[in-house]
Amino acid sequence: MLGSLAGAGALGALSAAGCAAPSGVASGKTRLRYWHLFGGGDGVTMAAMLDAYQQSHPDVDLQAATLAWGSPYYTKLAMAGAGGRAPEVAVLHITRLPGFAPGRLLNPFDLDLLAEHGVTEADFPPDLWRRGQAGGKQYAIPLDTHPIVLYFNTEICEQAGLLDADGRLVPTTGPEEFVAAIRAAGEVIGGPGLVVETLGADTVGPWRIFWTLYSQTGATMLSEDGTRMTLDDQKALEVLEFMRMLSDEGLIAPRTDYAASVGLFSSGQGGFFINGEWEVSTFLNNEVPFSMTRLPDIFGSGRVEADCHSFVLPNQTDRGGPGNEAAHEFVAWLLKNSVDWAAGGHVPAYLPTLEKPEYLDMRPQSEYRSVIDDVVLDPPAWFAGSASALEIELGAVFSGVFTGSRSPENALAEAKSRLQDLLDTPNPFGETA
Amino acid sequence: MSTTTPAAAPPRVSQPPAPATARTVRRHWLEHGLVFTLPFLVVYALFLVWPLLWGVKMSLTNEDIAGTHSDYVGLDNYADALSDPDVWSSLWNTIWFTVLSTVPLVVMGLVFALLAHHLRFVSWLWRLSWFTPFVLPSGVVCLLWLWVIYPSDFGFADQLLDFLGLHPGIGWLTDTRYAMLSVVLTTVWWTVGFNFLLYLAALQAIPQHLYEAAELDGAGAWHRFRSITLPMLNRTTGVVVVLQLLASLKIFDQVYIMTGGGPDDSTRPILQYVYQTGFTGYRVGYASAISYIFFALIVIVSLIHLRLTRRSREENPA
Repeated sequence: MLGSLAGAGALGALSAAGCAAPSGVASGKTRLRYWHLFGGGDGVTMAAMLDAYQQSHPDVDLQAATLAWGSPYYTKLAMAGAGGRAPEVAVLHITRLPGFAPGRLLNPFDLDLLAEHGVTEADFPPDLWRRGQAGGKQYAIPLDTHPIVLYFNTEICEQAGLLDADGRLVPTTGPEEFVAAIRAAGEVIGGPGLVVETLGADTVGPWRIFWTLYSQTGATMLSEDGTRMTLDDQKALEVLEFMRMLSDEGLIAPRTDYAASVGLFSSGQGGFFINGEWEVSTFLNNEVPFSMTRLPDIFGSGRVEADCHSFVLPNQTDRGGPGNEAAHEFVAWLLKNSVDWAAGGHVPAYLPTLEKPEYLDMRPQSEYRSVIDDVVLDPPAWFAGSASALEIELGAVFSGVFTGSRSPENALAEAKSRLQDLLDTPNPFGETA
Repeated sequence: MSTTTPAAAPPRVSQPPAPATARTVRRHWLEHGLVFTLPFLVVYALFLVWPLLWGVKMSLTNEDIAGTHSDYVGLDNYADALSDPDVWSSLWNTIWFTVLSTVPLVVMGLVFALLAHHLRFVSWLWRLSWFTPFVLPSGVVCLLWLWVIYPSDFGFADQLLDFLGLHPGIGWLTDTRYAMLSVVLTTVWWTVGFNFLLYLAALQAIPQHLYEAAELDGAGAWHRFRSITLPMLNRTTGVVVVLQLLASLKIFDQVYIMTGGGPDDSTRPILQYVYQTGFTGYRVGYASAISYIFFALIVIVSLIHLRLTRRSREENPA
């Protein structure tokens, strides 16, 4: 279509390389193009895994491309799929699947082919597996879960008397006990005991914390089909008041952006840090005395916000043949070797990995593995998922609760209004096939 | 030139200019001019006129970025845009930035030009130092300033203030009160050199005898500045102000790199909203409609510019 001309231009450099040889066999090797968005510690881990794959598959010409995380990546991937000349395999946050026109921008997996390479449905947590489906077909194969966890500084917590004899954090239940623990840590430091991301450009931290605590109450935000608001005002308000109280009582520093939050905890200026597990490599490298555990039950359960990296097959007009087969085998190979991936903090979605001794010995990465049964992904709607409109719009609103620019009541009203606007906006790709 | 068309050139040169009526001009243009301008016209039509018209068409549809569907929706997108509070708030951010940046950029451009014009020692150094930032790309400038002011408390600026015994604790980019000002500060540092250069050239063109005559009549420095320099710079000021308005209305790079539009969308300009709607929200049709509303605003400013320059050309033909 002419309308995607701008997109074709943006992708020119990539497709020019892609056009050098027809898809399939080139110079006796099967070409396998793979797009992903892993930078930082994840990027290093992924590169090592890809090297190992290439070594063990001399007949495959693996062409991996690392693209900028977040919306630029998804824009490129969508346009590549629309043009039908996409890479053989790519990574997608599974929460973005409803907004990614499965069937049009993505091709379904051939589950028989995957089973030939030893990967079947039984190897995954059922809920996660189901999130990869649309219209009765499997479009996404989960690689991991990356939940919100609780980091704690072992030295500070020990001085505050919060650790048991084995050096593990004594579990707490309910807001009072958790707040008491933060206060105790704060007294040791002489400042706020807890670190959270409260603001910044496209800040998502406040959304993650709200969604975690709100989900702990058992309430939902959208109906199952993602078309109707089901927000429980009373429970949402309780959570927002709790977030505001953290600021008001000096339990957190109210103006902390993402980089500063990581900086504070790694320089020992925080007893606790609520964030995704992906910063584990940062803190291991910094040699800050820390460990990680599941976020405690604060509002009625141990559920936490999470997302899931998954593999997808972007739409190729001529999907099939050796390239497609290599893509399936590649996915199976990465899953079976996902214990390396776990080093970056992610909980592998491939259940056999969870039982491997190498994984169980990995500390603190395996300490919170039970969380995989209690994760809450973004609601299933086209505008939800990592770096989506939902996370960025509501993240900005809830940021105001931490910084003091919005009252909890005002934030709730604004969040509902923005959510309604998103619900009223038709899915740009139309109803999913 | 004379070697390329020896046959055609002599008769035209010998023609007196008066009988060159509109018809002959048009004929000459079709005979020769068209050939020479055609390469440009093709590029112009392909990359400017056609996208402009195609954009209008897109703005009347609900087209998505992947082009999977495109239905005609009439003026719905325009109606939606005019009732979208994010359009208005981002438009206001753009205008607010334009106001905040244009005033210091024009005034400081003039002040620096006056200084450089009158400072007689190492004048090349002043000219160089004020103009150099302008040649840097926006990405370099923004990253440089991020090092200076970010993160708060750890950046170079805070270290310096700390050394001077001040502890302002300013959230340069994280506080809604200061974020826009930080972007303005960066922009002023970056582009003031251009206005400086225009003013300096204009200052050097003011005939020296005017000042000498005024001095003989006993006019002081301030009087000479007010009655000679400023009026003689009128035309330049008009050009500088309008060029600056147009440049400031296009604000995008600095905000995108430095704040991402935050905190709480307080620095998000309308161009970024267009970008977000189209490229991350995938709604190209709606994004086109917003950009045409903004386009209308730019056209109005440009028309004022044309008007001003035409009037001043009539007043003092070059």
